[in-house]
Amino acid sequence: MARSVTTQRKAINTAIAWAIGLLIFFPILWTILTSFKTEGQAIASPPIFLNFDWTLENYAIVQERSNYMRFLWNSVIIAGGSTLLGIVIAVPAAWSMAFVPGKWTKDILLWMLSTKMLPAVGVLYPIYLLFVRMGILDSRVGLVIIMMLINLPIIVWMLYTYFKEIPSEILEAARMDGATLKDEIIHVLTPMAIPGIASTVLLNFILAWNEAFWTLNLTSVNAAPLTAFIASYSSPEGLFYAKLSAASTMAIAPILILGWFSQKQLVSGLTFGAVK
Amino acid sequence: MGQIQLNQVTKSFGDVQVIPPLDLTIEDGEFCVFVGPSGCGKSTLLRLIAGLEDVSSGHIAINGKDATMTPPAKRGLAMVFQSYALYPHMTVRKNIAFPMKMAGMSEDEQKRRIDAAATALNLTDYLDRKPGQLSGGQRQRVAIGRSIVREPDAFLFDEPLSNLDAALRVGMRLEISELHERLQTTMIYVTHDQVEAMTMADKIVVLRSGYIEQVGSPLDLYHAPRNKFVAGFIGSPKMNLIEGPEAAKHEAHTIGIRPEHIDVSKTEGTWKGVVGVAEHLGSDTFIHVHDTGLADMITVRIIGDIEAKHGDTVYLTPQLDQMHRFDDKGLRIA
Repeated sequence: MARSVTTQRKAINTAIAWAIGLLIFFPILWTILTSFKTEGQAIASPPIFLNFDWTLENYAIVQERSNYMRFLWNSVIIAGGSTLLGIVIAVPAAWSMAFVPGKWTKDILLWMLSTKMLPAVGVLYPIYLLFVRMGILDSRVGLVIIMMLINLPIIVWMLYTYFKEIPSEILEAARMDGATLKDEIIHVLTPMAIPGIASTVLLNFILAWNEAFWTLNLTSVNAAPLTAFIASYSSPEGLFYAKLSAASTMAIAPILILGWFSQKQLVSGLTFGAVK
Repeated sequence: MGQIQLNQVTKSFGDVQVIPPLDLTIEDGEFCVFVGPSGCGKSTLLRLIAGLEDVSSGHIAINGKDATMTPPAKRGLAMVFQSYALYPHMTVRKNIAFPMKMAGMSEDEQKRRIDAAATALNLTDYLDRKPGQLSGGQRQRVAIGRSIVREPDAFLFDEPLSNLDAALRVGMRLEISELHERLQTTMIYVTHDQVEAMTMADKIVVLRSGYIEQVGSPLDLYHAPRNKFVAGFIGSPKMNLIEGPEAAKHEAHTIGIRPEHIDVSKTEGTWKGVVGVAEHLGSDTFIHVHDTGLADMITVRIIGDIEAKHGDTVYLTPQLDQMHRFDDKGLRIA
């Protein structure tokens, strides 16, 4: 009997998990479905779920009206560049915090995290002015820098957590074996932390890709990434739900695909050290 | 060459001084063992010699040259860690090659030394495996291999056998001793196991709370412990320490007698007691005798056919020429 109860409970749990999963995924699913409808079907009441004439017209129009590839390329440069730059800065920082902690290390870590609690809009004005003065407004360089700075606390924190798991004796052995600090980081620490670094890179790439506040406020034409591409189809151009959905689908597709293929790495990275 | 000299070396962590001013010389080619209970500062002392910790004051000289501020890699020392500290992402071959690669040695020379080390340590079949695929003993041999290829002036071992099971430990103990015989290189070996210290060392340094209690050969320490602490620490099972009127009879505050220096009889002897637990090891038996009125328990080694069961009455007679006497400060009375 005990066995059947367990099976039944398992089935209920699975059903609940699927229901929650679908609930979370529904807006994305709806966006994708809408992108294949005509504008009329998109705003039909009651809404049409699957029974409509599937069309690729919206994609054709969106592609015609704006240069998708340029936005995509900007997104790749901004997300990739900021993540790479962040990693280069964060690896030595996390190394020193994990292996040669000072009196204030914990406080510095907390302080870094606390900057994430600040509402971004609170510093928009000074940062906007800085960007204007430095001549990097609406430039990829500017966006790479700001994205890197925004995500740096998370990158340092994640790497710090992974590095803490690496026994310091191994690094000491490297030191005894004649490794300089550079050798130690390149030949020993980094290869050992590859799974952690990969998760950090993935997560930060996704965060930078999806970031909308700074990309919308600090770009107009030249450096505008996919977030700006989606925004350009929203209200100012009227209620073009189907086209907006097509643009959104095109914008989120690359990151959804990346996320799908790397989900194992992401989950193991995010739960690293949690069960030990 | 591998002479190491510590001159008034101290180490403090914050306000806590773990190594008070300490002087010690380890001669070239010597097998020196630091032994002491947990927290006595023996590993810290080794790490100071290695350069993994900075001294708070004092000087360390290696081969007569001041090495106090020299970084670990430049001291010409190799270290084997308790956890082996192998690089998990590298094969055995790459692990062993790592120090040579760091030293910029030629590929040919690296290969020659790797092959020699692998042959000496029975690792030839495992060179392309990763550490995760090896047993504890094999990992320890890789760690030793990694340290010998550099041909260092001295080897530092930090409790290298404590993660191994008892049988392997005995085997590896012999291998390390043989390695020392073959290389004749200075070795400093840290352990809390006095059996390892006794069996391997040329010179034992007994430490307590950062202080050196005694330095000497294993048999010096066994036969003439300088104080009660060394007397109790060296030798297994521990020396019996007896205070009170019985000690006073021998003009001492405390007398010490080792379990193997007490004769046992069923009929007559100096002290009478009742057998508690008897531990049969095959070659000999240790009995724990209670109700002697001397100490809570007296441990005695018996060889041969004397049978001692729980509850039996036995008579104990200490061999007077093997008795150790200590004053009220715990120091040996000559």
